[in-house]
Amino acid sequence: MHKMLRDERAWAVALLLLAALIPVVAPMLDSPATVGLATRIVIYAIAASSLNLILGHAGLVSFGHAAYFGLGGYAVGILYAHYSSGEPFLGFIPGSNDLLVTMPVAIIVGGIGAAIIGALSFRTAGVQFIMITLAFAQMLYFLFVSLKAYGGDDGLAIRRVAPVLGMNLRDAATLFWICLGLLAVWLFLMDRIARSRFGRVLAGVRQGERRMAALGVRTYFYKLVAFVIAGMGAAMAGALMVNYLRFVSPDMMAWTKSGEMMIMVILGGLGTLLGPVIGAGVLVTLEYTLSGLTEHWQFIEGPILLLVVLFARGGLMGAVRRLAGRRVPAPEAVPHGELPQAQKPLGEALPEAVRHG
Amino acid sequence: MTLNRRGLLASGAALGLGAASLARPALAQAAPLKIGMITTLSGAGGYIGQDIRDAFMLAMEMEGGKLGGTPIQLLVEDDGFRPGQGKQVAERFMKNERVKLLTGIIFSNILGAVVGDVLDAGGIYVSPNASPSNLAGKECHKNFWSVAWQNDSLHESAGQLANNLGQKKMFILAPNYQAGRDALTGFKRLYKGQVAGEVYTRLDQTDYAAEMAQIRAAAPDGVYQFHPGGLGISFLRQYVQAGLLSNIPMTLASPSMDATTLAAVGDAAVGINLTSQWNSDLDVPASKRFVAAFQAKYNRIPTFYAQQSFDTALAIGAALKGTGGKVDDTEAFYRAMKPANFESTRGKFAFGANNHPIQDWWAIKVENVSGKPALVSKDRVLTNHGDVYAAQCKF
Amino acid sequence: MALLLEQLLNGVQLGVTLFLLAAGLTLVFGIMGVINLAHGSLYMVGAYAAAVAASATGSAIVALLSGLAAAAGVGMVVEYVVLRRLYARDHLDQVLATFGLILFFNEGMVLLFGRQPLFVNVPEALRGTVRVLPGVDYPIYRVAIIAVGLLVALGLYLLIQRTRVGMLVRAGATHREMVRALGVDVRLLYTLVFGLGALLAGLAGVMTGPILSVQVGMGEQILILTFVVVVIGGIGSVRGALFGAVLVGLVDTVLRAYVPGLLRQVMEGSEADALGAGLASMGVYLLMALVLLVKPRGLFPAHA
Repeated sequence: MHKMLRDERAWAVALLLLAALIPVVAPMLDSPATVGLATRIVIYAIAASSLNLILGHAGLVSFGHAAYFGLGGYAVGILYAHYSSGEPFLGFIPGSNDLLVTMPVAIIVGGIGAAIIGALSFRTAGVQFIMITLAFAQMLYFLFVSLKAYGGDDGLAIRRVAPVLGMNLRDAATLFWICLGLLAVWLFLMDRIARSRFGRVLAGVRQGERRMAALGVRTYFYKLVAFVIAGMGAAMAGALMVNYLRFVSPDMMAWTKSGEMMIMVILGGLGTLLGPVIGAGVLVTLEYTLSGLTEHWQFIEGPILLLVVLFARGGLMGAVRRLAGRRVPAPEAVPHGELPQAQKPLGEALPEAVRHG
Repeated sequence: MTLNRRGLLASGAALGLGAASLARPALAQAAPLKIGMITTLSGAGGYIGQDIRDAFMLAMEMEGGKLGGTPIQLLVEDDGFRPGQGKQVAERFMKNERVKLLTGIIFSNILGAVVGDVLDAGGIYVSPNASPSNLAGKECHKNFWSVAWQNDSLHESAGQLANNLGQKKMFILAPNYQAGRDALTGFKRLYKGQVAGEVYTRLDQTDYAAEMAQIRAAAPDGVYQFHPGGLGISFLRQYVQAGLLSNIPMTLASPSMDATTLAAVGDAAVGINLTSQWNSDLDVPASKRFVAAFQAKYNRIPTFYAQQSFDTALAIGAALKGTGGKVDDTEAFYRAMKPANFESTRGKFAFGANNHPIQDWWAIKVENVSGKPALVSKDRVLTNHGDVYAAQCKF
Repeated sequence: MALLLEQLLNGVQLGVTLFLLAAGLTLVFGIMGVINLAHGSLYMVGAYAAAVAASATGSAIVALLSGLAAAAGVGMVVEYVVLRRLYARDHLDQVLATFGLILFFNEGMVLLFGRQPLFVNVPEALRGTVRVLPGVDYPIYRVAIIAVGLLVALGLYLLIQRTRVGMLVRAGATHREMVRALGVDVRLLYTLVFGLGALLAGLAGVMTGPILSVQVGMGEQILILTFVVVVIGGIGSVRGALFGAVLVGLVDTVLRAYVPGLLRQVMEGSEADALGAGLASMGVYLLMALVLLVKPRGLFPAHA
């Protein structure tokens, strides 16, 4: 029993099962809108978890993750726009409003975007990597802002969604269960990756890329693959978000959105399975609750985030671990803050960049 | 849970009933009708949301917490200038609070994310500001109302004013987003002179030095620019600093020159021309009462936004009077709302076939009134002006 | 020709403003290894303090001094209370903590001064325009900004190259442990450097106040551009910050002024304008991506 409690996977399964009850319980508590809130959390959890693959496992700080989130969203939005206008995209690709078509397209578009941006960005490292990923995301952001045909800054509304396998996506509970199911699949995939040889290489990249290179591992390839998988995950989340909001706008790929995802991961706990999920849940719920209490909610949220950094090393998962009295974490789930001084990835990347300049 | 929500607190304060009403909500009498207000209270657009909220609450207070004889509970929440958050709030209003009637959104991109859900769920949305062309034309809806203007009218009236002022060669500028592009299209629709230059600025731009240089080089008869809120303040101040205002007159639409912008620019704004559907000095009794009450309560001059929101509350009141305070039957609400049986602060006001206003537009000039710059109404620019999209609208 | 010259001056002026922000950021970044997202908040604090002081006293000198004092003071308090605890942490913790500070400062300003944007007038002596070249009139105030920025650049150069504090700063950027081993109070040095960075950000805020509207969120609008400057210039290098800032200022201004016109030659008017404005916005980021692809450590890596 004690061993089971220690296993994050067991907690993940329990959490997902409990979450699946939300659409049943919420109406009983006279709060049906909670389903919508939970859907948003689940979608952000997928996005944050995909970012965690590169940020937490491989220690690669991408500050442009919203780009893939937005690409996925726009894939759905643009296909819908062509479906509703009847004109094919680029003259030969027919539009669609069927999730079974738009979702795979979104994932592929996100993956291609991540492959191109990643291939270029991995020429840099450290802080420069943070900034170059931001640069590419900003370029995409301004591109979509100036695309008059697709609504520009005002975005695109999606009025009609096709039923998927007989399921009505307009039904809040159905959409929630679909999102939750995809989150479960995604978390399973993340868990498999973390425990595979691939995952160990990524952890090696985080702890010392040179050492991995010296061992003859082609780190560039591994990093790129992780980057592409993460991009595909974010695009999937973006496609779901557009189905939920029935609206897509460049706001989805703004740098603040990238920052928000990063904060969810750090808040929850880097490199953990459940951390990004908890981070997404806590951040979205915190904003929702505080903004309901006072219009000056940011004045309270800011210091809360600060206190989490100062007093809960390794994010909320780190805090939970310490409360549970667990001193030595499993190797594949090392929260960042608990790494020994010498292994800190980015903290050292910077003076190094300066030193060898 | 609901007792803690800011919306209820706000309504309690607005009704002037204080803590007593919080202690015993909905006693024996019928529960008040809930109206949901989603507006932008944080960030640079925050002062606009504040005016929208304050003016709406003022209208309720002037009727003793009622609109059209129906007791109202106003739920106010911030959309944080984010479409997703706006949608989230709307969903909670509609599902948890069972709100059928919503209002308050300022920016058209947030409206775009919210309005589809509201209408599809059988709700009613009455807009105090944002009214993009799609909702006036092809995608018009029986339950979507605008008590402000259709976006284009702001700029059409300015184009007409430029004609009236004899400006033959205009340089026109707006930010590169939908409302900005619509602005320049709208301006050109009625403007008959030559366009010397057309420039799109950036929505996050704050320094306009490059544009100033282009304007100087083009040497036009006049400049028309549309920059809402803080952007407009920056643009105007830099225009003055570059020494351009004394040589090249400027024409504006009302969102670029509200009372707040005027206070920020100060004396330098004297001489600027603009058009608006309303002004604080209009010789209309309802307007005079509104301006006096607003100033007494909030100690500032109401902006156009405040006026639009105040009229929105009055329009809703008139409809509620017709339906006996009910909003569930949207067909009945439509019939009661359509005649616009309220004393508008603009004087004349009617709804067109597409539920958008048909109204007069005024030329306004910034002049020195007893040592302080003020917005002074001049001639009527357009009479009974609707919008070009109404023809495409079929319910 | 006159138009091009004026646009170049505009680019330099924007660049100089960015330099004031980037200089502080690059020092803090290079020496303490801290990513401070709240640097823009210090710029905002300076602008607000100056605006409030100016409207209370009407004196430009008092406004300048209040702006500088407020920014530097708030900066040092933030360093002492928060950032000091984050030097040993990795960058991600710093990002989260300083993001929290942004929220705190923005909403704090709303609570203190309300949501209406504040405004400051250009000081009496600096109003009007001056003929910088035949046919080119330019606002005196913007000329003054350029002059102040260049003076600050010179002052920083002298401070870093010629003084004992500067020597420690240079040493601290490259050999942190060595400086510590020499018995220098690194903590005090850090607080002072942070205060200096905050002071420069405050100066930028004070000076741009009369041009832009002083409002909540103004720091974030310019923050990302400042980071772009720091990275293009090379982290930790003040010289790089100056070159990077002027380069970014010029590229941004010139693209904005000329791209839509060029596009209009090849496509229909309104489409060209919309696309041109988008392309011009992308320009700065394209520049950064290109610089980093060719020189991954920026143009002037510290200690090259």
